[in-house]
Amino acid sequence: MADKVLMKGNEALAEAAIMAGCKHYYGYPITPQTEIAAYMARRMPKVGGVFLQAESEIAAINMVIGSAAAGKRTMTSSSSPGISLKSEGISYLAGCDLPALIVNVQRGGPGLGGIQPSQADYFQAIKGGGHGDYKLIVLAPNSVQETVDLTFKGFDLADKYRMPVMLLSDGTIGQMMEPVSLNQSKNATYDKSWAVTGTYGKRTKNIVNSLCLRPEELEEWNKARYERYNKIAKEETLYEEYLTEDAEICIVAFGIASRVSKNAVNAGRKLGIKAGMIRPITLWPFPNEVLAQTAKRVKAFISVELSMGQMIDDVKLAINCSRPVTLCSRSGGMIMSPEEILQKIIEVDGGKQ
Amino acid sequence: MIVFEKPKSLVDMPMHYCPGCTHGIIHRLVAEAIDELGIQHKTIGIASVGCSVFAYNYFDCDMVQAAHGRAPAVATGVKRANPENIVFTYQGDGDLASIGTAETVHAAARNENITIIFVNNAIYGMTGGQMAPTSLPGQVTQTSPYGRDTTQVGFPVKMCEMLSKVDGATYLERVAVNNVRNVRNAKKAIKKAFQNQVEGKGFSLIEVLSTCPTNWGKNPLDSLKWQEDNMTPYYPLGVYKDSTKEEK
Repeated sequence: MADKVLMKGNEALAEAAIMAGCKHYYGYPITPQTEIAAYMARRMPKVGGVFLQAESEIAAINMVIGSAAAGKRTMTSSSSPGISLKSEGISYLAGCDLPALIVNVQRGGPGLGGIQPSQADYFQAIKGGGHGDYKLIVLAPNSVQETVDLTFKGFDLADKYRMPVMLLSDGTIGQMMEPVSLNQSKNATYDKSWAVTGTYGKRTKNIVNSLCLRPEELEEWNKARYERYNKIAKEETLYEEYLTEDAEICIVAFGIASRVSKNAVNAGRKLGIKAGMIRPITLWPFPNEVLAQTAKRVKAFISVELSMGQMIDDVKLAINCSRPVTLCSRSGGMIMSPEEILQKIIEVDGGKQ
Repeated sequence: MIVFEKPKSLVDMPMHYCPGCTHGIIHRLVAEAIDELGIQHKTIGIASVGCSVFAYNYFDCDMVQAAHGRAPAVATGVKRANPENIVFTYQGDGDLASIGTAETVHAAARNENITIIFVNNAIYGMTGGQMAPTSLPGQVTQTSPYGRDTTQVGFPVKMCEMLSKVDGATYLERVAVNNVRNVRNAKKAIKKAFQNQVEGKGFSLIEVLSTCPTNWGKNPLDSLKWQEDNMTPYYPLGVYKDSTKEEK
């Protein structure tokens, strides 16, 4: 186990990406993710990699497409408005079956919004910001250490399933400093025989393409992709349970909201309320099964989110609306306090203290 | 002795291009240049969106199909990943000079070591003949049914002239393929644009004036004449920048 160092979330993410073998980074400055670009600008030349500040978010994601098509581990990072711009390219990555890591350090929206932390890009990440039938694997860290771990994992999942993976961070996780271990996980090797690297007379040409004008064929492509998605849903769903065995009220929260929620759960327990929490680590695939099982035991759910309420829809779907689901949310860059969540817990518990 | 044969870098298959369209000639010139430089094995082409969207089927080398206007950015990613590869884009006027203007200008500004083949036929062909950024003043199209009104929609974009002011660009030439002499010149220019990349000299763009008999509503011969009489005066042929010469 390597020694721990104190690092900012965004910088730890950047270093983890390089350690995971990403030598091609393309990005554009936007708060609050710019530390990633700045770190890459410093480090990439030292490790023989490529850092390129693109002329736009759109160009950056298309450069990612190019390097991914050429078989390289590659990534881009941005914050909410920038991800909207990249959405076209993300759809193309999915349509071309290309692996890449896209980082969204979320800020408040819509429009130009603000620069404070938010989770309001949940729908964009999970329901598809771009056009067409596709999914992203969406990873939601709640600490600097988990940001590092999920960066490694994100590249592996992208290569394993030949698809874009999104790391959905936020302004808090990206900006805060925590002790972190950057111990290198073992890199598996992945088949990249499909990449465009020149035939060198040894094979027929490779084509990276998402165009298909025959609808019966395009439907087959999409069905095949969704078979892969179904396999991912079965095998790659990640979540953390906290005090759920005897819980009567179950919070569902991810990212920074789960850190605040944990304090609220502990405070509730002190008051004698049996609160617990399920924290999705993969937002897609969503931990439907554990939520459905938990619904059989608990009285109610509370979805705690930094948005006007987006994940709450998926919680309701997961439990088939078999229990009441209440929203506890702040928006626009505001973060709820543990007390606000505790109040909601008390309210859902029946208001008795 | 074989004096004329199909270039190795073209796949032997029917093309979807309309009769009389000059895409076929331009494809052939690109393939000949790749063959003659002996780079087919390490060349990667980037197809764009427009009539040449299926170029990934026609060139016999590794290919990527890019989103509309994004080919220079995709080419940048491919080239930066493996600089030993020879990377070219093949784009039309809507793709390169309208929706992809930024990608074009900034690839030039970076002197990205790639080759761009820019086919300018002053119209959107694939979608059925709408006004292009390069449609001529007064030109009647589906979306300029009363003729391109420059007071309302502005003037055509002259890419070679514009890019000639970009410090980074290495080689810019406008050619045409409407007669034998011009085809021979076009071939020389295209080959030089690839040769520059082989030698690491940087960004080369060849603008090829082309025709669209179908959407211009003219037969192939009249189209060649219309191009010569109307497009060539507005878009004069010639070398707009050659910093490989300045280096000597």
